[in-house]
Amino acid sequence: MPAPLIEMRGISKRFGAVVANEAVDLSVAPGEILGLLGENGAGKTTLMNVLFGAYAPDAGEILVQGRPVTINSSADALAAGIGMVHQHFHLAPRLSVLENLLIGIPGKSGRIDRAGGLARLAEIGRQHGLTLDPGLPVSALSIGEQQRLEIVKALFRGARLLILDEPTAVLAPTEVDGLFSALRSMAAQGLGIIFISHKLNEVRALTHRCVVLRHGRVTGRVDAPASTTSSEMAQLMCGHEIVPPARGPSTPGAAVLTLDGISTSRHSGMALRDVSLFVRAGEILGIAGVSGNGQRALAEVISGVLAPDVGRMTIAGKVVSRFSPCEVQALGLGRIPEDRMTTGLVTNLPLADSMVLPRIGTAAFSRNGLLRPDAIRAFAEAQIKAYDIRCPGPMTRAGALSGGNLQKALLARELAFDPKVLVVSQPTRGLDIGAARFVHEKFLDMRARGCGIVVIGEDLEELLMFCDRITVMYEGRIVGTLDSADATIARLGLMMTGAEGHS
Amino acid sequence: MFRLEARTSTSAWFNLALPLLAIGATLVLCSGLIALAGAGVIEAYGVMFSASLGDSYAITETLVRATPMIFTGLAVAVAFRAKFWNIGAEGQLLAGAVASCAVGAIPMPGPLAMLLMALAGAAAGAAVALIPATLRVKFKVDDVVSSLLLNSVIFYALMALIEGPWKDSFSGYPISPPIEDSANFPVLLEGTRLHLGVVAAFLAAPVIWFLIARTTLGFRIRVIGENPEAARYGGIHVERVLISTALLSGALAGLAGVSEVGGVHFQVMSDISPGYGYSGIVVAMLARLNPLGVMPAALFLAAVMTGAEAMSRATGVPAFLSDVIQGTALLAMLVALLFTAYRIRRVGAAR
Ligand SMILES: Nc1ncnc2c1ncn2[C@@H]1O[C@H](COP(=O)(O)OP(=O)(O)O)[C@@H](O)[C@H]1O
Ligand SMILES: [Mg+2]
Repeated sequence: MPAPLIEMRGISKRFGAVVANEAVDLSVAPGEILGLLGENGAGKTTLMNVLFGAYAPDAGEILVQGRPVTINSSADALAAGIGMVHQHFHLAPRLSVLENLLIGIPGKSGRIDRAGGLARLAEIGRQHGLTLDPGLPVSALSIGEQQRLEIVKALFRGARLLILDEPTAVLAPTEVDGLFSALRSMAAQGLGIIFISHKLNEVRALTHRCVVLRHGRVTGRVDAPASTTSSEMAQLMCGHEIVPPARGPSTPGAAVLTLDGISTSRHSGMALRDVSLFVRAGEILGIAGVSGNGQRALAEVISGVLAPDVGRMTIAGKVVSRFSPCEVQALGLGRIPEDRMTTGLVTNLPLADSMVLPRIGTAAFSRNGLLRPDAIRAFAEAQIKAYDIRCPGPMTRAGALSGGNLQKALLARELAFDPKVLVVSQPTRGLDIGAARFVHEKFLDMRARGCGIVVIGEDLEELLMFCDRITVMYEGRIVGTLDSADATIARLGLMMTGAEGHS
Repeated sequence: MFRLEARTSTSAWFNLALPLLAIGATLVLCSGLIALAGAGVIEAYGVMFSASLGDSYAITETLVRATPMIFTGLAVAVAFRAKFWNIGAEGQLLAGAVASCAVGAIPMPGPLAMLLMALAGAAAGAAVALIPATLRVKFKVDDVVSSLLLNSVIFYALMALIEGPWKDSFSGYPISPPIEDSANFPVLLEGTRLHLGVVAAFLAAPVIWFLIARTTLGFRIRVIGENPEAARYGGIHVERVLISTALLSGALAGLAGVSEVGGVHFQVMSDISPGYGYSGIVVAMLARLNPLGVMPAALFLAAVMTGAEAMSRATGVPAFLSDVIQGTALLAMLVALLFTAYRIRRVGAAR
């Protein structure tokens, strides 16, 4: 076995009373793809930030090719050949791809070396299939392309070790394939890669070796991920077995949400074309499709944010006359958004404020225009307890919560008022197995209580597991709807390419 | 070597100490300038202190000075909470002054005149603030630029007024006719200039605090400022709240003008405001956009302003120092705010 590219020995990092990492040992060899696994809050990001120089460790040492080094900044890390693609990208949106690449790279005699940059960009693109248009501004790139740019940036700066923090959380399944082939190509050239993900099937497909963290400590090492089962790995991560929740037979009632010939125009993504569907009380309808095929517009129409040009929508039997979030909420719609941080919560304000936001004007939280701070606080406290939201209290900044806890907070906020219809996008994106399991249970709970649920998702396995029916969207239209008993991944996958699924 | 590390929370005392630290740093930095001007630092600050806070008359003068800055500080704090970047408090103040002066010149019973002056001034300020807010909501025009440039428009409109129709035909000075004597705000303390507007300002601050902290409008203002998208999805009419915020902010700035006309100058002239609208930005930042904090912040700047004049007379240091202190205080506060988000950590040198 070749000497390790980097080695972390006995790394510990505390934030006040929180132990984020405790005596972690980890090494990566050239050409090796190492999986770093763990639930939300296990300390993966912190450990990588220590390696990348964003945090100074409280104890432990880092060796690069056998020599101990001190990494105090990302500049030090890059000099040591360590590159990192963060969960949230660090790009200048108004600058072009090439300009973003060249930021901070001095050319000859202080000038920017555009020609050299272009050549290197083309070379990296050819080698690993990471092609990018150098002239486009970053704001015009898709999330997948922005990620590609981050990877290219790291390679451009001569990274020998590439850290990717949950890179697939933001990607559509097709983009994941592209990312994996690029990563394999880099590893084949002798680069080391640290890959963080919650998705065990991805980890099993891609990595050569895994390190599992729990509560900041290494709780397991997997030497042959491909031949280890997902449930074995899940057990290492959670410390106990995860059983998928049992879905009983459904006894759907009357339709609680209907869309009838809905078409939209002028939407930043794909517009809707003649969409009709219904959800009955006590059933879960899945919306499958490759992302960008109108799911976002669909969620926005149902949430009342986007008014359709033609078509009719009813909620609980009443026709929606004015499309506004207030109106649909009043009719009994609850909504769990895809992007929790941007359209869900207010990260800089106390958690309690986010939890009452949609209903601040109702008698529960205000009277005659005056807030009821005690009622707001009591509500938030009760929900924090009921949903086991891990945080110091209702006055904590919402942004300080982890992804799983944010999702719990959103669930708590919407479910507290017994919605008749719940529309949910990517309910478990970025959540670990335990948190995802919790979310699934809540949906099945609501289903049993007669709520109609629409789940927009990309993970077909997940949809098949807890949906009663699955509708497939393609280019803003509905391709077809299958009972989940008749649906298979293969069949849905075919429909997702636009092929008619029903006879 | 030092580095910045993100922090997730700050303690209450730290938040309180921050403006004090900024003020301390400002005084230290400016002492260099005083020394450069050839005066004793201790002596100069001593004169400043005694002239602004040294005796009861000095204190009343400082309170009178603070009054317009409390109003403009509140105007800016409210607007900035909603991320409505109202740099136009100066113009809104001038509009309020002109409107209240016009109303105050009409003969009528005093209390009624004062009430109508306040209403007219607030309405005028609100109307001016409505322009950048509407431009932003309807046409996505940058509010910093539009509200700032509007200040010049209003200023020259005021000049046109007092050089034209309002010009004193007897003396030829560009000053407006005075308001009726009965409309002059009552003085609360014999022998001082402590007028009714001062009390109004110190009452306005807690009222605005209550509005922001305890009403649904205040909640909505806070939410649209922090995350307009989440607000929109949460059923808040973002544009409507932004317009309400602008009206409130403009009205408060307009009241600054009312209080200067009714309580201090009794007429309008070109230099009725030595930049109180801009000082309001400094006040609001020092107060960290907290309406209650606006009171001490405005008092600090007022003390600097009254003190600087006396210091200039006594030591020969130019009175411009007051502007320098203001500017430095704003910068120091902005730097200090960095430490609410980051902590400094000492690290060993890279090997
Ligand atoms: N800057 C910080 N300040 C305080 N606590 C933090 C900070 N960053 C992370 N933590 C805490 O450290 C723990 C590990 O977090 P993290 O490394 O982000 O986990 P993961 O990436 O595995 O989800 C969590 O409990 C988190 O709340
Ligand atoms: Mg993480």
